Amino acid sequence: MNQGIHFLPETASAHAGEMDWLFAGLMITSAMILALVFGLMLVFCVRYRRNSGAERGNRLGKTWRVEVGWTVATFVLFLGLYFWGANLYLKLHRPPDDTTDIFVVAKQWMWKVEHPSGQREINELHVPVDRPIRLVMTSQDVIHDFAVPAFRIRRDVLPGRYESMWFRPTKVGQYRLFCAEFCGTEHAHMTGIVTVMEQGDYQRWLDAQGPGETLVAQGAALFRQYGCSGCHGPAGTVHAPPLEGLFGRPVPLADGSMVTADEGYIRDSILLPKSRIAAGYPAIMPSYDGQIGEEDLFKLVSYVKSLGNASPGAGERPAP
Amino acid sequence: MTATSPDRAVTARPAAQPPNYLTEGGSTLRSWLLTHDHKRIAILYALTITVFFFFGGAAAAMIRLNLVTPPGIFAADTYNRLFSIHGIVMVWFFLIPSIPNTLGNFLLPMMIGAKDLAFPRINLLSWYLFVVAGVVALVAVIAGGVDTGWTFYTPFSTMYSNSYVILAISAVFISGFSSILTGLNFIVTVHRLRAPGMTWYRLPIFVWSNYSTAIILVLATPVLAITLALLAVERLLQVGIFDPALGGDPLLFQHLFWFYSHPAVYIMILPGFGVISEVVPCFSRKPIFGYKFVAWASVSFTAVSFLVWAHHMFVAGMSVYAALVFSLLSYIIAVPSAIKVFNWTATLHKGWISFDAPMLYALGFIGLFTTGGLSGLFTANLAFDVHVTDTYFVVAHFHYIMVGGMVSAYFAGLHFWWPKITGRIYHEWWARIAALLIFVGFNLTFFPQFILGYLGMERRYHSYPPEFQFWNILSSAGASILALGYVMPLFYLTWSLYRGQRAGANPWAATGLEWTTPSPPPKHNFDKTPTVTRPPYQYRPEPEPQDAQGHA
Repeated sequence: MNQGIHFLPETASAHAGEMDWLFAGLMITSAMILALVFGLMLVFCVRYRRNSGAERGNRLGKTWRVEVGWTVATFVLFLGLYFWGANLYLKLHRPPDDTTDIFVVAKQWMWKVEHPSGQREINELHVPVDRPIRLVMTSQDVIHDFAVPAFRIRRDVLPGRYESMWFRPTKVGQYRLFCAEFCGTEHAHMTGIVTVMEQGDYQRWLDAQGPGETLVAQGAALFRQYGCSGCHGPAGTVHAPPLEGLFGRPVPLADGSMVTADEGYIRDSILLPKSRIAAGYPAIMPSYDGQIGEEDLFKLVSYVKSLGNASPGAGERPAP
Repeated sequence: MTATSPDRAVTARPAAQPPNYLTEGGSTLRSWLLTHDHKRIAILYALTITVFFFFGGAAAAMIRLNLVTPPGIFAADTYNRLFSIHGIVMVWFFLIPSIPNTLGNFLLPMMIGAKDLAFPRINLLSWYLFVVAGVVALVAVIAGGVDTGWTFYTPFSTMYSNSYVILAISAVFISGFSSILTGLNFIVTVHRLRAPGMTWYRLPIFVWSNYSTAIILVLATPVLAITLALLAVERLLQVGIFDPALGGDPLLFQHLFWFYSHPAVYIMILPGFGVISEVVPCFSRKPIFGYKFVAWASVSFTAVSFLVWAHHMFVAGMSVYAALVFSLLSYIIAVPSAIKVFNWTATLHKGWISFDAPMLYALGFIGLFTTGGLSGLFTANLAFDVHVTDTYFVVAHFHYIMVGGMVSAYFAGLHFWWPKITGRIYHEWWARIAALLIFVGFNLTFFPQFILGYLGMERRYHSYPPEFQFWNILSSAGASILALGYVMPLFYLTWSLYRGQRAGANPWAATGLEWTTPSPPPKHNFDKTPTVTRPPYQYRPEPEPQDAQGHA
């Protein structure tokens, strides 16, 4: 992030390297087209200027074949670029199974980050190098956008739902984080720093933040506090769906459709319990909309997630 | 322009001017404000949009000034209001009305051999609606401005912004009616008022492209009007439509907004294609290459422009599959654009090319539009777009299309038809210098922004990290050259009104019907309705200019 003249951004994630190849492909293609168009224009303008004595006989008569020729050539070329970009985009949307999930809440005008083991930071994000990190993000107010140019990633962060994004940092260092969707007066100052650390340094950093309670543990406390355990807990007296083993599984709904129990579904079930009712259960759960803040929601979701994991606590902290 | 008084002009040929639309019907303010003549209305539009162009341009100049230093000069709120009003004014009060409402209004009836547009009174009404909209926009600015950007994204615009959102969207809402009425008028005119023998395949490409534009105006603008009305309902009455806190969907607004605003890009650029398709054949002394392909490429834009709106939303939280489809469709729309560029280039082949100011602007257009279009391949590319969307790469991309392309085309057309419209010839040398300055200034302003965007500088930042400063200084330096280039025509064109040589009916030896009538044209365009017997663009290699004056 030093001053001076830069032509290319830093490359600090696995995706960034692949994206730069795509960029090179796009550059070469468009440079060729540009050279063709500019070259022809220049040659024609010089050669066929009004006063030149250039030969002008045998003009192209029928245009059909020429038109079809360059239309098809253009189309095939464009199709190739499309598939290249689409393929990479799909990869960007398919996180591996072993991601470390970090929660991000955006609000005018700051980024609030919560690590699985309970550490919190504002406008900073510390991550270990060479580990897949998945960000689960929501906004408390307007639309924001989490962008890290060095990783070549960005994604809008919307109020009222979870958006997720993953990356695998490859280079230790500090990189800028920007809010890319205009969000009000201090939009330009809604920035931060992503610090990529060696595994050991990261562990030391986590420990230095104080042991704190993990999100799962905090979620478990909230689960009792908000009265969820009354129905969903082992001592529940009401016929409520069990939450053990739920996360990541397909859930049959009362209307006959299926939904995968991801973070978004759990969130919706807490805030809008009447919207997607699990098959076989009466729609008796009250809505918690407006009663639980975004950060507490993350904790509850983390807790429910932990109930679904085969190995308890796997979501709590990254494997060493 | 109302000041054009033939008596005061110094001319080489002091012969009395035949009565024309400027003299017939009086030169009082009243005769202008109540006119039904499409040519006078075109001039009313030209004056109004020129005011808006320089207003929006002043905002742009302040934006570039602010970005010379990383912390910026203006307060955050001031800057946010500047870029918002720059966008709103330039899009709705300059780019969308520019070519259709000035050159289109003036030329469309003449090019098809008609006396006027189909609904002259509605044409005047469109202008009044436009002026009312403009006044409301200016009131919004004077009241304190709006800070949402021209896109008005919710829920920021509905529930969080403390600025004059309702006034600003009212202005856009009203201007929409003006657009719809103009579009309707053009469609009916082209269908009903063509002169005998003026078949569809004898229409100049300028008519084809304005016709295509009119269809988009009529189909897309109502969606914008409804969207803005919904925005007002949520903001004023707290009805949950877009804000999730009220039970709404924030992405719904973006879908509705871009369903209008993507076709709107073609509203801006299509008439420009039309101008270039007139100018390039004329100064190459050759028929346009592949007439039918160019004509149908224009029409195909209308259809495809409605199918690509969501390519503005690849990172907005849309489903992956929707993104795949919209990216593919966006690549498809690049094909007719490529056809146009290839055809213009091929028109030059074996021509007798001369480099008068309109041609310089047109050649500049082809270069800038091609660059802008190719950068569209980058932004339509899913994985690449993730990195650059909402950065200066996108800012550069759409400025290349809309400013480099559209404004160059507008200037090409303005210079090409200036002798027809005013009956005067401007100073050729100054016009060429201005064309050159605009081309150089434009590239210097916006090319560095591609680099800035790739480096990761986000849009709408009043202050930025210091490592981006070098390219920002370069961009601002370019902007000052560009500004000079844009101010110059104001002077030499105004000068030509008083001192310019008189133009004959056809100073460029062009082939369109509009050149068969005197310059400036009489009130009803033609003494008697022309009969068309030939296809357009029947240029002969070495012209014998019917009027070589002022045109070496």
